[in-house]
Amino acid sequence: MSDVVMHVWRGDADGGQFEEYTIPKQDGEVVLDVIHRIQATEAPDLACRWNCKAGKCGSCSAEINGKPRLLCMTRIDTLPEGETITVTPMRAFPVIRDLVTDVSFNYEQARKVPAFNPPPRPEGGYRMSQIDVERGQEFRKCIECFMCQDVCHVIRDHEENKSRYAGPRFFIRYAELEMHPLDTNDRRDLVREEMGLGMCNITKCCTEVCPEHIKITDNAIIPLKERVVDADYDPIAWLGRKIRRRTKRTAAEAKVQPD
Amino acid sequence: MTTVENPATRVDNSHTPVVLGGTRGGPDVPTLRKDRWWLAPVITVTILTSFVGYATWAAFVNKNYFAGSWMHRDLISPFYSPCLAASCVPGASHSPVISFWTISPALLILIFPLGFRMTCYYYRRAYYRSFWWAPPACSVSDSHKSYSGESKFPLLIQNVHRYFFYFGLVFNVILTYDAVLAFNQPGIGVGVTVGTLVLCLNACLLWLYSLSCHACRHLCGGQVKSFSAHPIRHKFWKMLTPLNAKHMQFAWVSLFVVALTDMYVRLVASGTITDFRLF
Repeated sequence: MSDVVMHVWRGDADGGQFEEYTIPKQDGEVVLDVIHRIQATEAPDLACRWNCKAGKCGSCSAEINGKPRLLCMTRIDTLPEGETITVTPMRAFPVIRDLVTDVSFNYEQARKVPAFNPPPRPEGGYRMSQIDVERGQEFRKCIECFMCQDVCHVIRDHEENKSRYAGPRFFIRYAELEMHPLDTNDRRDLVREEMGLGMCNITKCCTEVCPEHIKITDNAIIPLKERVVDADYDPIAWLGRKIRRRTKRTAAEAKVQPD
Repeated sequence: MTTVENPATRVDNSHTPVVLGGTRGGPDVPTLRKDRWWLAPVITVTILTSFVGYATWAAFVNKNYFAGSWMHRDLISPFYSPCLAASCVPGASHSPVISFWTISPALLILIFPLGFRMTCYYYRRAYYRSFWWAPPACSVSDSHKSYSGESKFPLLIQNVHRYFFYFGLVFNVILTYDAVLAFNQPGIGVGVTVGTLVLCLNACLLWLYSLSCHACRHLCGGQVKSFSAHPIRHKFWKMLTPLNAKHMQFAWVSLFVVALTDMYVRLVASGTITDFRLF
């Protein structure tokens, strides 16, 4: 059986370079298996974050041949045969060492999401219909691998946008909350003014790389954009609100967390 | 008793701000992709440029857009329907005319279907990638020094999409009416010609393209917070969701067919080909 030739990015915050490893090919292996064999044989100091090896923990996100992929879910035999495989850390985040990146940007964005805010608990408890429960289930599949954040050019190619852009992973969280029948908050102005929803130009890369096949753009980002249009850009919707005396929450009001 | 704070309801403004900068891993190259990522943008540019070129020519040429009773047909090009100008050829106009308009009547109406497609979420994806290179393909660097997307003027105008959708529905009704009229062959009677089928196909595809639109899905039911409280809107939303998943395909096919329909009517009206009567 032939060899696998792999170019793995080795380095840290001070810089780095590709190093070539040649490992005998084995049937049924995924890229993470090869990385582990490199660690076991040639480079015991090669840093790589991993956990479940089943595509469910989202730890082993990296870039294989330039595309964000889970190392544990990418079979070697699905990559072009006879070609060198390049493995690099996620491009959008600062590298810690080798294939390990600092994804704390995402945790900061997660903390900015105003929490679920239900009405006072009625007698007998909260009730939801199955169709309303099902609507948000797709978004709950997210394993937080952050590959959608990594591939999104808004922050991948423009570091300066990180302070004003939540990213696809958190747009699905905002969408889930906005579509929740028991949530009383209104985050539409917040996502427009402070979370940078308008910066998304719906090129659907987040959907393409999602290992859970969540239709991020079609089912979360575009519905959110349409809700923002309802709130801010549609004169008929504005008139309807005035007639029915409905108000919307400003970004500042939406950020106030319930007691 | 110790009070345990619920982290979900915590008011916390003390967290550290997002750390910007840091060294990114990997080499500083636009992409490490080895596949033919450039192929899709090239195909998109080729098709859209060809369509815009053809549509511009067809809109300005101002002739051969209607095959009327002198040919025992009632076929009108979708680029010229509704024909609202006084200069429309006799029989092409079924509506009040605008008398001061002397140039091509297509120029009166094309802004609406054009605006609908220009602001369509699918076409936005297509031309942002292929013309604007933002980005040309996934994990390929975009070619801009700074980027604000659709958050500022002029791209903020994309939010007008739902209004073009409403106008698009009006055009669909008119083009469906044209397709029904195409069953009538003046001087012969009711029948079906190849032109009838072409106009029907065009109308069907335009309906599919419009109904699969993301704005339509939102307005019909997606905007509600609780489906159980709005069962009819939920039904609409459920019907439109599978169509919405095929929006890209409908966008391309309807674009081809609308150009094909114009071309067919043009060829028939100019006498280049005969519109074959099937029955």
